[in-house]
Order: sequence, then C-alpha cells, then structure tokens
Amino acid sequence: MSFNLWSLYALMLKSRLFEEAVAQLWQDGLISGEMHLGTGEEAIVAAVISQLVEGDAMALDHRGTPPLIMRGVDPVLILRELLGQPDGLCGGMGGHMHMFSKAHLTASSGIVGASGPTGVGFALAAQYLRPGTISVAFFGEGSTNQGMMMESMNLAATWQLPVLFVCKDDQWAITTPVDARHRAALTDRASSLGLTAFDADGRDVLQVCEAANQAIQHTRSGRGPAFLHANCAHLEGHFLGYQMIRVARDPLKEIPPIALPLAKSFLQPSGAKFSDRLEGLKDVLNAILETMRDPRNDPVNDPVKLTRSQLSSDRQSLDRLEAAIQSEIEAVLEASLRELRL
Amino acid sequence: MRKMHYTQAADDALAQAMLADPNIIVFGEDIPLLRRNLLVRFGTKRVFGTPISESAFVAAGVAAAMAGMRPVVEVYMVDFLGVAMDALLNHAAKLADFSGGKWNAPLVLRAPCGGGYGDGGQHEQSLSGWLAHIPGLAVVVPSTPADAGGLMLAALEYDGPVIFMEHKLLSESWLEFMGSGGRSTVEYDLPQAGRLGTVPDKWSPIRLGSAHSVKAGTDLTIISVGVGVHRSLEAAESLSGDGISAGVIDLRSVSPLDEGTIIEAVSQTGNMLVVDEDYERFGLSGELAALVLEAGIKVNYGRVCTQTTIPYARHLEDQTLPNVTRICEVARSILGV
Repeated sequence: MSFNLWSLYALMLKSRLFEEAVAQLWQDGLISGEMHLGTGEEAIVAAVISQLVEGDAMALDHRGTPPLIMRGVDPVLILRELLGQPDGLCGGMGGHMHMFSKAHLTASSGIVGASGPTGVGFALAAQYLRPGTISVAFFGEGSTNQGMMMESMNLAATWQLPVLFVCKDDQWAITTPVDARHRAALTDRASSLGLTAFDADGRDVLQVCEAANQAIQHTRSGRGPAFLHANCAHLEGHFLGYQMIRVARDPLKEIPPIALPLAKSFLQPSGAKFSDRLEGLKDVLNAILETMRDPRNDPVNDPVKLTRSQLSSDRQSLDRLEAAIQSEIEAVLEASLRELRL
Repeated sequence: MRKMHYTQAADDALAQAMLADPNIIVFGEDIPLLRRNLLVRFGTKRVFGTPISESAFVAAGVAAAMAGMRPVVEVYMVDFLGVAMDALLNHAAKLADFSGGKWNAPLVLRAPCGGGYGDGGQHEQSLSGWLAHIPGLAVVVPSTPADAGGLMLAALEYDGPVIFMEHKLLSESWLEFMGSGGRSTVEYDLPQAGRLGTVPDKWSPIRLGSAHSVKAGTDLTIISVGVGVHRSLEAAESLSGDGISAGVIDLRSVSPLDEGTIIEAVSQTGNMLVVDEDYERFGLSGELAALVLEAGIKVNYGRVCTQTTIPYARHLEDQTLPNVTRICEVARSILGV
C-alpha cells in the first residue's frame, strides 16, 4: 500500500498551523477556559482520517480540533466557535471540547472515555443505515482505564461492529504518568476482549497509515472491531498553560510558588515519619522532573517536522505547499477575527 | 487568626484531621500534583493518585469507608460524577437504610463545581440539588475559606457519605488550573471575600445543616450557597441604595438543610428569593418554596438560577449564571417595586 506523503503532510500542517493560531488567541485571552490541543498527535489523526470515506462516523475526545479540520469541517466555523461567536460551528455553545458536526457524523466529548460508547453506537447505526461505513473512536491512553471504554470494546466485539478504536498514547493520564509497561498491555487488553489489535509509532505518519489501513480494512469488511494503538507526545502537555510545562519553560517564575508551600508542608513537625514523607517528596519531584524535559524541544516527538524532513529533497514543492497552507490559515484567521481585531 | 485561600483552608483542616485520625486517606485523579502539600507531609501511603476510573475508585472509596477507613476521594469536577453515579446513588446513599441503620460509609467526596470561566456546560455544572435529591447523601457547598475548613472537618466527622463541593471561582488552585493557566489576559467576576479570608488557628467543625445568616434584612430574605452567597450580598448592597433591606442566608449545606433558620427568616420578611447556580427546575429553589409552604408561611417568592445548559461563550455564560443584575430585578419584582 502506498500513501501520498504530500497530502498527509498538508493535512498535518494545516491542523498544526491552525492550532498554533488557536494557542496564540488563547494566550491573548480571546479563547476562554481550558484548551487541549492535538499538537503532536497529527500523524495518527491524519493517517486514520485520510482513509475514511463519506458516511464514516467519528467519536472524538477533548482534542477534537485536528480531526474536525482534517475531516473537512470549515476551519472558520471552528475558530468562530472557539471565539464563542454565534456563527461558530455550534453557535458558541460548545467550545473546543464539545464540538459537533451532524453533516460529518462527528461528535466530541470532554468526558474521558466517552468516545468509546459513542463509537459503538455510531457503528451500530451504520450497520442498519450505512452498510460498508465504519465509525472511529479517538481517545487517549488514560481513558482505557474507564469502565465505559472497556465495556465498549467488549460490546463492539460481541456484536462484531465496524468500529475502529484509536488509542493515542502519550503516556500521561492528564498529569499522571503511566508506567511504560502499559503500552504492550493495552493491545493485549484489546486482543483479550476479541478486538484485532495493531500497533504503530504514532510519530511516523506512514507507519500509522500502514497499521490504520489494515485495521480499517479489517473492520470495514465485517470482521469485527479493530484497535489501533499509537504512541505520541503532546507538545503542550495535557493542556495549554499546564503548570508543569510552565515550570519547565520559566522555572525562576514558576518554581517558587510551588516550592515554598511544599517545603513548608514537608517540614511540618507533625505528620508521617521522615521516610514516608521522603517517598511523597520523591513522587512530586519525579513528576516535576519528568515534565521539566519540554517535549517541544525534542524534534523526534514532532510528527510534522518528521514528515517535513522526509519531503525535504523536493524543496520547491515543499515551499509551494507550505506557502499555500500558510496563506489558507491566514485567510481563516482574517475571516474569523473580523470584528474582534482591535 | 490566620489568613488563608479557600482550597488551602480545606486542605489545612484536612491535615489537622489526618493528624488526629490515621484512618483518613486521600486519593483521586492527579492527587500527587493537586494535593502535593499533603503528600509530602503524610506520605504515599495516605495520599495517592488513581487512574481515570471514576466508577471504580469512587465505589472503592465507599467500600473502604464501610470497612473502617475514612477516605477522602477526589474527582476532577462534579460533572464527572456522571461516570461514578452508581457508587453514590445505589450504594453509598443506600447503605445506612439497607443495613437497618447498622452500617454506614463515612466517605468525603471532594468535587470542584461551578462556572464563570468559560469551560462549557460539561465542565461547569453545580449539581448540588441533583445530588441532594438522593436520600442518604450530604452535600456541602462552602462559600468562604473559614467555612471550607470548618465544613471539611465536620464532613470528616460525619457518619455517612458527604459530597464536598468547591466552587472553581473561589478556589485559588482550581481557577488557575482550569481557567487562567497562567494567563493575565482573562478576567473573571471573582468574589474576593470567598477566595481569601481569616480562619481560626485551630479548626473546629461547623455542623452540617447549620446555615449562616450572613446579613440581616427586614424586607427580603435571600437564600443561597457557594458563589451565589457573594452575588446575593452584592445585590443586597445595591438594593439597600433603593431603601430595600435584604438579608442573606448562606445555607452552607444543601443536605442536611437548616429548615429552622430558613423558616424563621422568611416568616419575618414574608419575601423569599433563592439564588442558586444549580439548575432551576426540580432543585434547591423549588425545594425551599415547598419548605415554607408546608410550614404554612405566606410568602412572596422568586428565584435566580441556571435554566439551561451553561454556554461556552463567556458573554452567554454571564447571562445564564445568576448575576447581580438578575438578582436585583427579581428582588424588586418580588417586592413589587
């Protein structure tokens, strides 16, 4: 199977540039609340979505922007939604975690694990109404520990539904790191429930394409649900403004407000015995140290850069493509910000 | 007296209780980060994180409480209790009755709640009335640091499951975690008196079901909880400019409910206004109307609550959540002025 790296790169870059603009607007205070970007998981999303057909459904998690962009939802509608405008995708009611496009059979949810049962229900309806189509559930590794996710996999296997479970594994459940052993266990877990499981390096778009191709063929042809596991790194941590990432980027400013109460509490005369306290302190310090390594600094974690390097021999085409996408995103910003520009 | 932030006060009272009772353990999502100050004082055996498995770890907390522990279980937001509802609805709440009063589950469930920072309707609900609807669950909604600590201590001494709700606009750490994320470019309508305040040197429990008459008033009784108390106080201040004397009662817990304080105040003013950030229909506001009617009090009544799904867009959200303008409007209409 050969895949068009140029069009995959175009999908990924468009999503990346869009989300970089979103990050800036969030920093500027034009977007409220939390903001979970999908930067770092573009290769997984692009590899799967580029192989979907009309009528396929998607169940998304709290990182819904890249899949919506790549599936062809108008980026202006998405950005107007994030800006809380009445002409946004959902009338300003949903925001980035709760975006819906009925036309694309795509629903998102900010409840961890909720895309599992939604994916199952979409696949159930597909069997009656849209034979030959599938549904895709995107979720993070943290949500595989939700009962509803495991129940969904079991249900999909029991009913032999055309659903692809896509686990984007960044090794973090919100701010809790998971044991590295977990990865192997997740495909095992899916297999043990009767799903056909695939594994890929989620930073390498062609590798994910191969695995996704087999997984999609499997489930589309009526052989039951498939599970695709792909690792990745979230370049901004769990969400924008995540305290530990801020610590890594600006330690002088961010460490004192954390360290002072911590030290005071550690040194309280009453409490657990010293060795127990030390264990606790080690836990906290480990969490901080693990995030001190800013994932953005390690190019190996950036699927967009990696794909770009694979195309760099044709400099001219690359420049042309990038300029086109850049101006497309600029036009999206122009059209979305209109009256909001000061 | 000391000065403390809201969540700091709850944690400080929790620490005091943990020193006295070795059976108190603290667990939940991202606890090593969120309760790091307790972790480094009490160690990993008493303070630890969980996977994102609300239905399992909340239910496990209920059973651990049955078996002799005093767990303080924490979920990220009260909205996520949707995932764990069976543990509360069908188990924690039923145990005392099912066992003929012979067994209980003294669990404290900490759940941040409330909106006002633009996170959308799946992350900003209050749900205190929804939870209090179930017989057997206590629901606590503190509005100040002093109450947060005192009610935490009482919750830890209570003989049954207690939902302890911390409003994100009051909590110094939750608002920074979910809302600002280190930004100085966003603004919130923050009730400062509820965010930072004086607290006792040593915590004493504030009995659940004891309302606090925050402000006396002869024309109108405003009853509220949590952030609503501060909005009500601001409205009362504004109404006093028009010569209206409005009192404000902070219920502090939705269940148990301090019926005596409510009935006494309302029978004096004859005018009752309920301010509740939770949903309007079938909740606290209707319950309080029933309470005074059943007590045979003739009362003029109004309410300012959340009527719909909370919108993501900040300007829509501001109109949806109870605000001072709406409180004043309804107050005037109750009084016919």
